[in-house]
Amino acid sequence: MIEVKNLLKNFGDLTVLKGVSETIKPGEKVAIVGPSGSGKSTFLRCLNLLETPTGGEIWFDGEEITSPRCDVDKVRRKMGMVFQHFNLFPNLTIQRNITLAPVKLGLQTQQQANETADTLLRRIGLADKADTYPAMLSGGQKQRIAIVRALAMNPQVMLFDEPTSALDPEMVGEVLDLIREVADAGMTMVIVTHEMHFAREVATRVLFMDEGVIREQNTPEALFGSPQDERLQSFLSKVL
Amino acid sequence: MQTILDNLYGALIRENRWQLYLQGLAITLQITLVACLIGIVLGMLVAVVKIYAVGSRNPVLKALNVICNFYTTVIRGTPMVLQLLIIYFGLTFLPSGVVACYIGFGINSGAYASEIFRGGINSVDAGQMEAGRSLGLSRNSTMRYIVMPQAVKNILPSLFNELISLLKETSIAGYIAVNDLTKLSNGIKGRTLNIYPLFVAGALYLLLTVLLTQVQRWIERRFARSDRG
Repeated sequence: MIEVKNLLKNFGDLTVLKGVSETIKPGEKVAIVGPSGSGKSTFLRCLNLLETPTGGEIWFDGEEITSPRCDVDKVRRKMGMVFQHFNLFPNLTIQRNITLAPVKLGLQTQQQANETADTLLRRIGLADKADTYPAMLSGGQKQRIAIVRALAMNPQVMLFDEPTSALDPEMVGEVLDLIREVADAGMTMVIVTHEMHFAREVATRVLFMDEGVIREQNTPEALFGSPQDERLQSFLSKVL
Repeated sequence: MQTILDNLYGALIRENRWQLYLQGLAITLQITLVACLIGIVLGMLVAVVKIYAVGSRNPVLKALNVICNFYTTVIRGTPMVLQLLIIYFGLTFLPSGVVACYIGFGINSGAYASEIFRGGINSVDAGQMEAGRSLGLSRNSTMRYIVMPQAVKNILPSLFNELISLLKETSIAGYIAVNDLTKLSNGIKGRTLNIYPLFVAGALYLLLTVLLTQVQRWIERRFARSDRG
């Protein structure tokens, strides 16, 4: 579904991604772990071109999205993204947060979008918040709304960029529960996370990144159970 | 006390002088409003160019950006009086000093307004643009529906400040023989032979700026309320 070939990314003189190649198949739940500064968030943000790669190719659904001819906005409709800091739109109600993109892009009428939003909000038990503004919600609620907002576009793949890192500890659970639910429904997902237990439980495959390359990848059992790479071993000994 | 009243009578009532203040006030307000509108339009255009030029490889946009930077640097780096004199005596085809004021003050406040717009838009968290784009919205749509509505909250109060200082700044219009409030009151001073007319003019300016400040406060309060949800 997503094929990455020799991806390079520089920020000025700093090389963040040093040739990453990876294929993500439909239905996979790929967790990316690694120390901070390892390039894992940059890698994720390259997948929907929030960062423009310096070199290499990314293919999505048989189309080279790194090509200048590619309509990036169209591609992004099929890739939902969830951010560390939620990035809800504070000037819009929860309902409008969820319905803005489908309606403005002409995919749904406002009424259809409202119904979709209502269904999604019911699913996460926040239907009564439809007409309130993001400022009234807790962090956990905000992140769940942000996930639902991405789902409302009916994406083929969901990208999660440290979705629980900015949350108070007592709110991490509710967000992880929702992500797990989305995963169980068969969604293809790529998750950058520090929650090793969650990665172990939900992911079908785990990538370990360090210094701009994928140093090891495996099933969660194998990667966490018998890590081969020295850096991975030292990383796991610190975080587990 | 009697002297003060006599002097005020001389400054205001005798020979229907109050009409002169109103004439001057009308010119001052005209210049302020027209220049403000020119400034807002100009400022918006410049701000859009500067924001879109960041990280762009489009040569036209880059050239425009250079021009815009030159414009704001020159205008903000030289005295307003001088700019006004250059426009009045340089563009001799202009029909009147008042028109020169529209243009001069308009161009001047455009440079300041552009920085207000740019600052207001840049102060919106970059994550907002990213979130909009990640949903497949174009840059323009995200600007329009998400970034601009939030930027307005930062922009409007500062823009009102600019309007207030513009109102006061127009008092230099007399340099190019425009009969604004300051110039006319100074003229009346020549007749009354005391400075009371200048106090009258001062009171009128003060009245206007205090009113505008009240409006600005009201706007700020409204925005603060919607921020709390």
